[in-house]
Amino acid sequence: MTYEAVIGLEVHVQLKTETKLFCGCRNEFGAEPNSHVCPVCLGLPGALPVPNEEAVIKTILTGLMMGSSIRARAKFDRKNYFYPDMPKNYQISQYDQPLCLEGGVNLPVLAFPKDAQKEEQALAGKRVRLVRIHLEEDVGKSFHLENCSGIDFNRAGTPLMEIVTEADLTTPEEAFALLTTIREILRYGKVSDVDMEKGQLRCDVNISVRPVGTEAFGTKREIKNLNSISAVRRALKHEIQTQIHLVSSGGTVVQQTLRWDDARGETIPMRTKEQAHDYRYFPDPDLLPIRTEGRLRTEAERRMPELPETKKGRLCQTYGLSEYQASVLASDPPLAEYFEEAARSTRHPLPLANLVLNDYLALRQEDPGQVPVPAEYLGELADLQSEGTLNSRQTREVLAILIQTPRPPKEIAKERGLTQISDSQVLEAFCREAISANPKSVADFKGGKSAAINALKGFVMKKTRGQANPQRIHELLESLLREP
Amino acid sequence: MSFAFSTIQELRKQLLAKEVHPKELVESLLDRISSVDSRIKAYNYLHPERALEAAEKADVSLPLGGVPIAVKDLISVRGEPCTCSSRLLEGYIAPYDATVIERLRGAGAILLGRTNMDEFAMGSSTENSAWGVTRNPWDLSRVPGGSSGGSAAAVAAHEAIAALGSDTGGSIRQPAAFCGCVGLKPTYGRVSRYGLTAFASSLDQIGPLTKTVADAALLLEIIAGEDSRDNTCEPEPAPSFSAKLGEEIRGMTLGVPKEYFVSGIDPEVEAAMQKAIAHLEGLGATLREISLPHTSYSIATYYLVATAEASANLARFDGMRYGRRAPGCDDLLETYGRTRDEGFGREVKRRILLGTYSLSSGYYDAYYLRAQKVRMRIREDFLTAFRDCQAIVTPTSPMPAFRLGERTEDPLQMYLADIFTIAVNLAGLCAISVPCGFTQSGLPIGLQIIGPMWKEETVLQVGYAYEQSTNWHTRRPSLGQG
Repeated sequence: MTYEAVIGLEVHVQLKTETKLFCGCRNEFGAEPNSHVCPVCLGLPGALPVPNEEAVIKTILTGLMMGSSIRARAKFDRKNYFYPDMPKNYQISQYDQPLCLEGGVNLPVLAFPKDAQKEEQALAGKRVRLVRIHLEEDVGKSFHLENCSGIDFNRAGTPLMEIVTEADLTTPEEAFALLTTIREILRYGKVSDVDMEKGQLRCDVNISVRPVGTEAFGTKREIKNLNSISAVRRALKHEIQTQIHLVSSGGTVVQQTLRWDDARGETIPMRTKEQAHDYRYFPDPDLLPIRTEGRLRTEAERRMPELPETKKGRLCQTYGLSEYQASVLASDPPLAEYFEEAARSTRHPLPLANLVLNDYLALRQEDPGQVPVPAEYLGELADLQSEGTLNSRQTREVLAILIQTPRPPKEIAKERGLTQISDSQVLEAFCREAISANPKSVADFKGGKSAAINALKGFVMKKTRGQANPQRIHELLESLLREP
Repeated sequence: MSFAFSTIQELRKQLLAKEVHPKELVESLLDRISSVDSRIKAYNYLHPERALEAAEKADVSLPLGGVPIAVKDLISVRGEPCTCSSRLLEGYIAPYDATVIERLRGAGAILLGRTNMDEFAMGSSTENSAWGVTRNPWDLSRVPGGSSGGSAAAVAAHEAIAALGSDTGGSIRQPAAFCGCVGLKPTYGRVSRYGLTAFASSLDQIGPLTKTVADAALLLEIIAGEDSRDNTCEPEPAPSFSAKLGEEIRGMTLGVPKEYFVSGIDPEVEAAMQKAIAHLEGLGATLREISLPHTSYSIATYYLVATAEASANLARFDGMRYGRRAPGCDDLLETYGRTRDEGFGREVKRRILLGTYSLSSGYYDAYYLRAQKVRMRIREDFLTAFRDCQAIVTPTSPMPAFRLGERTEDPLQMYLADIFTIAVNLAGLCAISVPCGFTQSGLPIGLQIIGPMWKEETVLQVGYAYEQSTNWHTRRPSLGQG
């Protein structure tokens, strides 16, 4: 019997806001421990929460970007459990009236891991449905020292958005693709920086297995708090194998909550069903219900960006780019914007795309501190190359100078004497000189070694200090050598 | 005669006329406290030096400039303890001012000290205090009521000019009635709760305990109004509550709920009530019988809603970040368990357990959710009643102050002490208790005037008209008077 996995995700995203969800403390990573705290986020007696509208707007915007329906009325609830990193011993979350319901995310091929992009699952263009998106407060961070533990409450009360998917996923690669896609959408909406290093995206996964072709779900187990997309893939791979092995050897899966040890590559049980919490959710009497209609929703709609999928399609259509080029540009919205600005000052957008994606990006990586090049100069440079004024080596040379001291590329080319010689009469003279100076190569070529022409081309390039149009020299040499 | 016996209004005149300096005033209160508080025990905490220092610098041109105010020990005052009369908060020093405290300071008031209460405001007698009981100034063998018993006793014994209390089910009005002073529970949302240690968030309100209705209006004016730090606070500035004081009540219709006069009312309380009704009629008001059909459900509803909220509100008291932590625990669970076991008193534990139970999975619909539905019905009862009257009059409490220890063994009997006040909180209304007589043995009796939401002006107007045409409020307990 063959088995398939059924996977659902709960994705926690730290929202990018100036202040925390219910108080005025700064929402900042990496500050001195317990430096961004106040009576509210420390849960002191008498302190009260006041919702941060920016976090609510960003959650609504996420819902709009993912095709969710936005509830006209949402509310906050208290989720009760004791833990030292949670100052009130209840977490303000949303239980039965979250801000966003349903929606879905399409999985594009290039969101899959590179080694899986050719597989059928990547090509299927699957849509993963969402159950809900809600807003809650994050907890503090515990540090376990030698003889005691310490807690940093800077993170306590920062806004955390939870995206819950249907159990629509069947492979670790799909989970990987979903997270990659979600991350891209969130960056588009400027909802979160989604920086994994800073724990801005954390994920709980629910997994069960069942024989292929059956409908009923198997018993699920949950792996909590995975903090990178690749860890999700590894943990799922391990857990699916474990469950299939268990079931196919006659065992049963016991409902359990697990933790993933990425270094050891294994899951560690946290608690079983019997130990499951009763969170005793009830509406938070300190907070009024949220009315999203009107100002909040209008503001979210105003911020609605062009989505990654739409942008890719438009880049392909408008500029004739390949899907790959469009995807790379779309994955970096500021770069895409830069490209489109440059494209307005060129007649050759496709060579411009190559210039941006290969040479410009490479140079920018070498020297991240360089001065930004005005986009129109890049467009002009693409024209100079495409229309034969500069060859590709010269183009790179101009670009390197352009990046240091931005000036019109035509000026740079002129100063440096970098103009491609395409004039046939001039080039023919150089070619004749090459032929008479290299009798051996000429003989080789005539004896059938066609590669020998390269030595002659090299001679001409050297004589012209690299300015000759290589295509033209090649044509000229061939016709001269074939002269009877 | 000592300035301690004055009202805010009287003192304001004297302060402005420079007939008294704020420092003299504070000194005479401190004298009074030192002569009577060993018998009453109204205060948990006093800081004479700080009060005298503030009096020295007081700006008498401000609305409460130089007037000392006592504060119930569950409202946060920067740099001072806020124990909520609980062992669990022993050692906690509040690092911030509640909104009402900011406003008192802004109005020039002098913070005198912190008054005793039932632990975390849970109780009706101030017997549930970790720091010992407060006694009724009219009879030291009796309770002052609760939970704001310390505030009421301090005002009644003239150890304070006025005080702040908090009212979740009657905790301002019932002790005001027991101690013979004025207690006002504002409309839910009228006064910011920021800085008020929460018992039941959807019911709690801070309000004044004073010697006169006019003082209650004055104090409410200072503390009420919008506050961006409390999401449930009205988003409007407060009106002038003194505006209608002195306007006659002729032509006004007052409702008398028939369900409040069935059984269990002390005969002396009932007699005083009938006289008060006759008196109000004499002032030209029309008294009319009304019905509040869901009255009998209010205690059960209250004890589900309030305890559910309390079970979450009190979860934060775990000894981790502040307060008293049980020493010598080996692990986290033991620390939680022992800290809360040693820190909370019996009544608090009882209510946490009850609230936790009613929110538990499988019970939520039958208890908490149903209680919320009944709460809506109770609210509708009042909405309907207020179509036919401008205010409702009832006794504040079915009995006068009971003896210390009389009801501590029977929680249900204790809960019944709040039977006339609880529905007001469930419905979010405003109400005032004013003195309306004394029993044969000299115990005060209170008249409750209930108004629709945001109609404090009306209850103050009726209360003022009654007070000014009677002299109950001028009596003083014999205790150490002189």
